[in-house]
Amino acid sequence: MSAFAKPLKIALGLIVIAALIVIPMNFNRYGLFILSQWAVMAIAAMGLNLTLGYAGQVSLAQGAFVGIGAYAAAMMTTHGWPLPAAIVVAIALSFAVGWVLGYPALRVQHHYLAFVTLAFSTLAFLVFRNESWLTGGIYGISNIPRPHIFGIPTSKPLPFYYVCLGSLAIVSLAVWWLIRSPWGRAFMALRENPLRAQSLGVDTRRYTLMAFAIGSALGGVAGALYAPLTQYIDPVPFNLSLSLDLLMMVIVGGAGFFLGPFLGAMIAVLLPEWLRFTEGYYLMLYAIAVMGLLIWSPTGILGILDRYLAERRTKAASTLRAVAKSRLETVQ
Amino acid sequence: MSAVLEVTDIKKNFGGISAVGGVSFDVREGEILGLIGPNGCGKSTLFNCILGQLTPSGGEVKLDGKVVTGLRPAELNKLGVSRTFQLLQVFPKLSVRENLILAGQEHQGSMASRLVGRSDAGLTEAANQMIGFFKLDHLADEPAGGLSYGQQKLLDAAMAFMGGPRLVLLDEPAGGVNPSMLTDLKERLVAINREKNATFVVIEHNMEFVMSLCSRVMVMAEGKVLAMGRPDEVRKDPAVIEAYLGH
Repeated sequence: MSAFAKPLKIALGLIVIAALIVIPMNFNRYGLFILSQWAVMAIAAMGLNLTLGYAGQVSLAQGAFVGIGAYAAAMMTTHGWPLPAAIVVAIALSFAVGWVLGYPALRVQHHYLAFVTLAFSTLAFLVFRNESWLTGGIYGISNIPRPHIFGIPTSKPLPFYYVCLGSLAIVSLAVWWLIRSPWGRAFMALRENPLRAQSLGVDTRRYTLMAFAIGSALGGVAGALYAPLTQYIDPVPFNLSLSLDLLMMVIVGGAGFFLGPFLGAMIAVLLPEWLRFTEGYYLMLYAIAVMGLLIWSPTGILGILDRYLAERRTKAASTLRAVAKSRLETVQ
Repeated sequence: MSAVLEVTDIKKNFGGISAVGGVSFDVREGEILGLIGPNGCGKSTLFNCILGQLTPSGGEVKLDGKVVTGLRPAELNKLGVSRTFQLLQVFPKLSVRENLILAGQEHQGSMASRLVGRSDAGLTEAANQMIGFFKLDHLADEPAGGLSYGQQKLLDAAMAFMGGPRLVLLDEPAGGVNPSMLTDLKERLVAINREKNATFVVIEHNMEFVMSLCSRVMVMAEGKVLAMGRPDEVRKDPAVIEAYLGH
């Protein structure tokens, strides 16, 4: 069964990727915008999933890192720098700030840590809004150009969607590598039992800081793509509610599951659009759907799948045991 | 025989209460030292002071003649000092094999090399051997949280040995383990002690287990060392009998 499961998974993955490339070719401008936003938010949520889902460090500041990345990209590209250079700066900046934000996590955990990161989120928002000399204040930064990739202009919605999708693919591969590496195992050890991890030589301080820094850096990448996507940024999208949205994406998708952020971002970005036909009721329905899901499965959508698979394994194992037992009895 | 661990006048106060009041002893290369005493006499606190989990209020810990007082647990672990815990301390969602790989992975290479290197840090073979050694084969891919209490205790011990430690401090390894598994555990400990020349300090309440496993036994009461010697000497010591049985 497991020999069959792997090719099936690969085939399913290839179909999804092909669909993401081919189907949007017929989409209108708005559809492409929504899908690009999904890709960008999935990147940010993947970062938070690393910090929260794998390493177990609560953060309510991921939206602030999207903001840092977005402002870095907006300022640089409007001054003539190419987007890839801006992305590198966005990564370095959010990595460094995320590293520093990790220090409180060495002293406080859980909801206390949530409050520390919440305070940081507010602080970042105030900087975006009040430091007009740098960020343009409430007027924001407009006319953010879209890049030329290998000489091809991506100012039209479809090419820029492919930029977002390609970035998502690169980030996904990097995160996949990271969580399969010994670092991923150390992150999970941090989440499961930091005391035991320490006694086994895991440098919990450095891994905690790294979990924050890398997770935040991915927030920065998302921001650096968000700026050219909307082509105009002001402080409002990067307030606390973005951090909460991203947190919801991770939890709803399934924290600590690799595919969780993809699903979570899909629900947070696409579901409100699909529910739009209900007009005034769509936000209410959306809220009820999320509440229902979390009551049914606190571990998110992938938690349901995980439980189902575990149950099936247990059943298979007990069948095997029963067969072995009956054989033993016939021998006797 | 030289001393692997020398502990000199370790003190630990919590507020006005002295949990450990000046304990000195040494552990010789290759020996199994038992540490017994009534509940609350400071055995685990002493362990935590030696291992850097707590900062001692006074005194000195030497490993191979070098002062290691105040080093963090992870640093001490990399110097070859490992431990098990009184209460279960495994990583419940990781499989048994992943638990063991994690227990060994930080002992080789740098942090950066572990990011670009192999996903199992080349430890699958060693982990499988340890799994076989502790007879956990049928559970290798199960999440550790699903194991029975006794099996988790075995896994906890196995994890302590993954990094190839020179000195292992075991805090009540026999607690809650059923008698047949206990015999297994004792055999494993003796085997590792002989084959790998690992030195052990064992806290334990199960007298039979301690007396048959250890070459020397140290008795603590009220934060102080009451007696130290061969198991049969300690057993007859009037002070020890009084501490355990009262007046």
